Amino acid sequence: MMKHIKTVNKPSMQKTLKTGGCGECQASCQSACKTSCTVGNQVCEK
Amino acid sequence: MKAKIHKFVQNGTYILLDINSGAVHVIDKMIYDIMDTFTGENDDEVIAAWENTYKKDDLTEALDELHALMDEGELFAPDIDVPPTFKQKGLVKSLCLMIAQDCNLRCKYCFGDGGSYGQERAIMSPETGMKAVDFLIKSSGPRKHLEMDFFGGEPLINMKTVKAVTEYARKREQETGKKFKLTLTTNGLLLNDENIKWLNDNDFSLVLSLDGRKEVHDAMRPDVGGNGSYDRAIKNFHKCLDSRKGGDWDYRGVYTYLRGTYTKNNMDFTKDVLSMNDEGFDILSMEPVVLKDSPLGFTEEDLPRISEEYDKLTEAYMKRHHEGKGFFFFHFNMDLSNGPCVAKRLSGCGAGHEYFAVAENGDLYPCHQFVGREGYRLGSLDEGVTDTKLPQYFRESHVLNKEKCRDCWSRFFCSGGCHANADLFHGDIRKPYEVGCEIQKKRLECAIYVQAMLELEKLEKEDETA
Repeated sequence: MMKHIKTVNKPSMQKTLKTGGCGECQASCQSACKTSCTVGNQVCEK
Repeated sequence: MKAKIHKFVQNGTYILLDINSGAVHVIDKMIYDIMDTFTGENDDEVIAAWENTYKKDDLTEALDELHALMDEGELFAPDIDVPPTFKQKGLVKSLCLMIAQDCNLRCKYCFGDGGSYGQERAIMSPETGMKAVDFLIKSSGPRKHLEMDFFGGEPLINMKTVKAVTEYARKREQETGKKFKLTLTTNGLLLNDENIKWLNDNDFSLVLSLDGRKEVHDAMRPDVGGNGSYDRAIKNFHKCLDSRKGGDWDYRGVYTYLRGTYTKNNMDFTKDVLSMNDEGFDILSMEPVVLKDSPLGFTEEDLPRISEEYDKLTEAYMKRHHEGKGFFFFHFNMDLSNGPCVAKRLSGCGAGHEYFAVAENGDLYPCHQFVGREGYRLGSLDEGVTDTKLPQYFRESHVLNKEKCRDCWSRFFCSGGCHANADLFHGDIRKPYEVGCEIQKKRLECAIYVQAMLELEKLEKEDETA
């Protein structure tokens, strides 16, 4: 248990350098007119 | 030098993001301060710099904790380069169909020139729409999940084509094993009982446009005759939402969400988000208008006010959550542990390489915003993609190839922003629109804060019940 730091997640980004890229996830348009789902707001479909 | 960490204070909480791992740490003020000095291998320097401010024992303890994070790969994680999982060429898996390049509203901020996109007002024929289905199936290779967004203008003024394309897509699904996810974006004026039933029966996700408060909406979204459209839109949206309550809607992967645009006229847009929620809608989005040289658009001078408003929205969001009346706000949604892979973060929105727009006449463009823009026509449904260089240029215009994005802390969250906005402001999709970037970064900080707080609250509850 740390006194000064609380880590809130178990990130997977480095792992996905080898495992990702299936391309089955939703498109993520960022313009102010439609689903406007910025990439960072998405979840992995796997 | 590429930024490796980003630290910020949101609503009084100190937060540290490790950019290349995606780890989020809630920290105290001392860690926040010493991260100005700490590089991972200069403990003595950190102590010398901060021993007049903090006790030496506390600094040593803090440094031990930081080294523990480094050992776990959650601080100063290695730089990310283009991985082999990011394929050299994109596969088109998503289409935006310009079902009608015409509209029954004349919104004052419309980027599509009242629906026409600077061209003759026209609607897409069923034949063109069906060709688009075949184009998508052919272009998508082994991808199973495909998307089509029925867009405009206002797509409901051309239900004939919406119905024909849907029927054809469902038939082709059976024949090919592909799965089409269908979305329709509407201003709601023609969302009558018959259309609602048909859209429900055909598993459409719906994006409903409303700008929040009646006076804000009516000022920006008049009809062709100049009359406000709020009362007509909200009446139909309520009917639509009520028709989708209960049953097995949640299991079909379809959603109904209300989205709005804020302009310089309503920088107090928290009130608009809450107004939508008060009307009974709980999947919401509210975004900044993007306009060049317009009194409604934003400039750098507006950024402090906008930032302050996001702080207010964040507070209101958390307050309603704690009161058991929480809502889903699209841009605060973030899965910190299981977010998109690096390949996806480089693909970004996919415009021009995974995502195309089909104009009413069958011409292909990188996305709906590029329809009619000179130099961006990629080909047509009949000819196929005749400009092969442009899709490749879009594919390679990812954050690691853009000067301003390469070193930015938010590079793996925003994925470089909107190409159409970059082109609008700089005539170059590799030069991002700066005001948009700043708003995006503020919104991301709020999102990270919200998710961090929700996670910590969950952990506290688990501890209490353990």
